[in-house]
Amino acid sequence: MIEPNPHKSLFVASAQTKQRATAEKRFHMLGLTAIFIALSMLAILMTTIVAKGSGAFQQSFITLDVALLEAKLDKKGTRNPDNLKKVTTFGYAPLIKAAMEQIVVARGIETDLTSKDMAAIVSKSAAAQMRDRVLNDPRLIGTTTEFKFLANSWIDGYLKGRVTRETIGKNKNISSAQLDFADRLIELGIIEKSFNIQFILGADASDQRPEDAGIGVAIIGSFAMMCVVLLLALPIGVAASIYLEEFAPENRLTDFIEVNVANLAAVPSIVFGILGLAFFINMMHLPQSAPLVGGLVLTLMTLPTIIISTRAALKAVPPSIRSAALGVGASKMQTTIHHVLPLATPGILTGTILGLAQALGETAPLLLIGMIGYVATNMPETVSQGLLSPNSAMPAQIYEWAKRADPAFYERAWGGIIILLIFLVTMNLIAVRLRRRFERRW
Amino acid sequence: MNENIISHEELAMTAPTIKISARNVDVHYDKTHAIRGVSAEIPSNSVTAFIGPSGCGKSTFLRCLNRMNDTIKNCQVSGDIMLDGEDIYDPKVDPVQLRAKVGMVFQKPNPFPKSIYDNVAYGPRIHGLARDKSDLDGIVEQALRRAAIWGEVKDRLSAPGTGLSGGQQQRVCIARAIATAPEVLLMDEPCSALDPIATAQIEELIDELRQNYSVVIVTHSMHQAARISQKTAFFHMGTLVEFGDTKTVFTNPRDPQTESYITGRIG
Ligand SMILES: Nc1ncnc2c1ncn2[C@@H]1O[C@H](COP(=O)(O)OP(=O)(O)OP(=O)(O)O)[C@@H](O)[C@H]1O
Ligand SMILES: [Mg+2]
Repeated sequence: MIEPNPHKSLFVASAQTKQRATAEKRFHMLGLTAIFIALSMLAILMTTIVAKGSGAFQQSFITLDVALLEAKLDKKGTRNPDNLKKVTTFGYAPLIKAAMEQIVVARGIETDLTSKDMAAIVSKSAAAQMRDRVLNDPRLIGTTTEFKFLANSWIDGYLKGRVTRETIGKNKNISSAQLDFADRLIELGIIEKSFNIQFILGADASDQRPEDAGIGVAIIGSFAMMCVVLLLALPIGVAASIYLEEFAPENRLTDFIEVNVANLAAVPSIVFGILGLAFFINMMHLPQSAPLVGGLVLTLMTLPTIIISTRAALKAVPPSIRSAALGVGASKMQTTIHHVLPLATPGILTGTILGLAQALGETAPLLLIGMIGYVATNMPETVSQGLLSPNSAMPAQIYEWAKRADPAFYERAWGGIIILLIFLVTMNLIAVRLRRRFERRW
Repeated sequence: MNENIISHEELAMTAPTIKISARNVDVHYDKTHAIRGVSAEIPSNSVTAFIGPSGCGKSTFLRCLNRMNDTIKNCQVSGDIMLDGEDIYDPKVDPVQLRAKVGMVFQKPNPFPKSIYDNVAYGPRIHGLARDKSDLDGIVEQALRRAAIWGEVKDRLSAPGTGLSGGQQQRVCIARAIATAPEVLLMDEPCSALDPIATAQIEELIDELRQNYSVVIVTHSMHQAARISQKTAFFHMGTLVEFGDTKTVFTNPRDPQTESYITGRIG
C-alpha cells in the first residue's frame, strides 16, 4: 500500500537527501583528485623533458681564425680538385693547433698546455668541417679564414654545468688545465654558447663526437616511413572496412576475419618486426635498414587500428541515412560513397592520425629490421635514397643515444624526445582540426 | 474538395488497372512471422491506405513493395509481388531500378546532412533526370512546391536540410521522393511529425499525386484514411483482414474486427 506522504518542508533536507548529497560530493572530490594527479604527472613529465632536453638545442662554439696554408693543403698550387681531395682530414688537423698557438700569442694567454691539448678542446668534427669548406671553395687556400667550430662535448658540458673540475677526476678526455684555458677563451668571447640548428637538421655522429650528433636524418627516416604507412594503410584499411561493414555477408568467414583483425591490433609490435625481418628482408630481399621496409612493417601494425576505427566510424552513421539513399534508388555503392563515407570521414581521419602517431613512436620493430640509430649518418638526397638507403627513425635514434655511455648523448636523447613530442602534438592538432572541418551534424 | 474526391473515385472505377498485385506474401524476421499470406491488388492512379494496430505489419508489407526489406538482414520474404505484371522479386530485377520506380517516404524524417537543394536534387542527379543545371533547378523547385515547402525554404536552399523543423524535414523528404518521378509512392506515416496545416497540405499533395502515381500510405489516423484514400486495407496480427473501397470499409465493414478497430475498440 502506498501511504500518502505527511507534509514536509522543502527547505529541510531529508536524511536520504543528505546522504545522497554527501555521496555526490565524495564522487566529485574523487574525480577532481584523479584529474589533479594526472595533470601533475603530465607537468612533472613535461618539465623534466624540457629541463633535460633543452640543452641539446644549445651548443658551445669556438670561433677561430685559421690560416689555410697552401703548403699543407695544395703543395703543387694547381687547385686541382682531385689533388685537393687527396688531402685527408689528417692534413687539416695541424692547422687547428697552429690557430690555437696563434691565439695564445696574440691574446697573451698564459698556459702550460701543449698545442695538441689546446686543439683537443675543439670537436673532432672540426677538420672535416674545414675540409668541406675548402673543397667547396678552393680560393680560400692561402687565406686566413674565420671558422665557427663545435667545442668538444666536455667543454660543452663545462659550459652547461654538466662537467666540473670536481667531477672530471682522472678523466683522460679533459684536464683542469684545459678547463682553465677554456675559461680564458670564454672571457675573451672565443667560446660561446648559441642555438645549434645542426641538432635538428644534422646526422648522427660516432661515439667520440656527441657534440656533432643531430636527429635530422632520423626525422627524414621517420617521415619516409610515415609516407609509406599513409599511402598503404589508409586506402587498404578504409577499403577493407567498407567491405566488411557495408558489403560483406554475415557468415563464419567474416566473423573469423573480424576476430582476427581485433587480435592483430593487440599483437606486440616486436612480432611485426620479426615478421618484417623474415618476410620483407630474408624472403623478398628488400634492403636492410631501409625506411621502405620499416614503413611496410608499420603499415601491418597500423592497419588493424585504422580498420577498427573506420568500422566504428561507419557503424556510427545512422541507418536512416542509408535507407534514405536506397529509398531514392541509389545503389549500395552510391549510398556508401555519397553519404556514408563523408559522414564517417572525421572518425576515419582521427583513427588514421592516431594510428600514424602510434607508428611514429614505435621503436622495437625497427630495431629488428636494422633501423638502428647509428646508421642514420648520411642525409638522403633523392626520394629513392630516402626510401631505400639505410636510415633510422626518431625513436630508434633516441634509444641509440640513451644507450651510449657519454652523458653528452644522454642530453641529446632528451632533446630528441622534445622533437618527437612536437611531431606527435602537431599530428594530434591536425587530427582535431580535420575532425572539426569535416564534422557535420545530422 | 469533396466533389473532387468523388470525381476521382469515379475515374478510378472506370479505369481500375492494377499497378501492384501481391499474392500469398509471407514475411519472417527470424522467428517472428510478421506477414501471413497477404494477397492484395493496388490499383494505379489511386491512394491506398494501410491501417491497423501498432505492430500488425503495415510497415513490413509496405517495405516489401520496393524491396527495402532486402536491406534488413534477418528478413525473409516469400510469395509473389508483381509491378505492372513483372515479378519484382525475380532474380533478374535490380532492386535499385525498382526503387527508382517505387519511391518511399519514411516515418521518421531522414534528410541527408546536405543542403536542402542537394537533398532534393540527389535522386534526379543519380538517375540522370536533368539535362542541365537550370533543368535541375526546375525539378527541385517543382518538387518542393508540390511538397508544400517551397515558400518556407526558397530563400535558403543552400542551408542544411537537417536544420529544419521536423515537419519541414518531412516535406523535404517528400519532395526528395517525388523529384525522382516514381510511378508508385510508398509513404509510411508521413504526417506523424506534421502539424494540422502541413498535414492538410500533404493530403492535398497526395490527392494531386494520384492523377499520375499510385500512392500507398500507412496511417494511424482513421480520418486521414477516410479523407484521402480510395482503397483501404486493414491489417491485424500480420494478416490482411479486410481490403476494399474506403467508403465500404468505413461505413459497412464486412469483418467485425475491422469495425471494432475503426470505431476505436481495438488497437
Ligand atoms: N527489423 C525487424 N526485426 C525483427 N522483427 C521486426 C523488425 N521489424 C519489424 N519486426 C516485427 O514485425 C512485426 C510487424 O512490424 P511492423 O513494423 O511492420 O509493424 P507496423 O504495423 O508498422 O507497426 P507501427 O504501426 O507501430 O509502425 C512486429 O511484431 C515487429 O516486432
Ligand atoms: Mg510502422
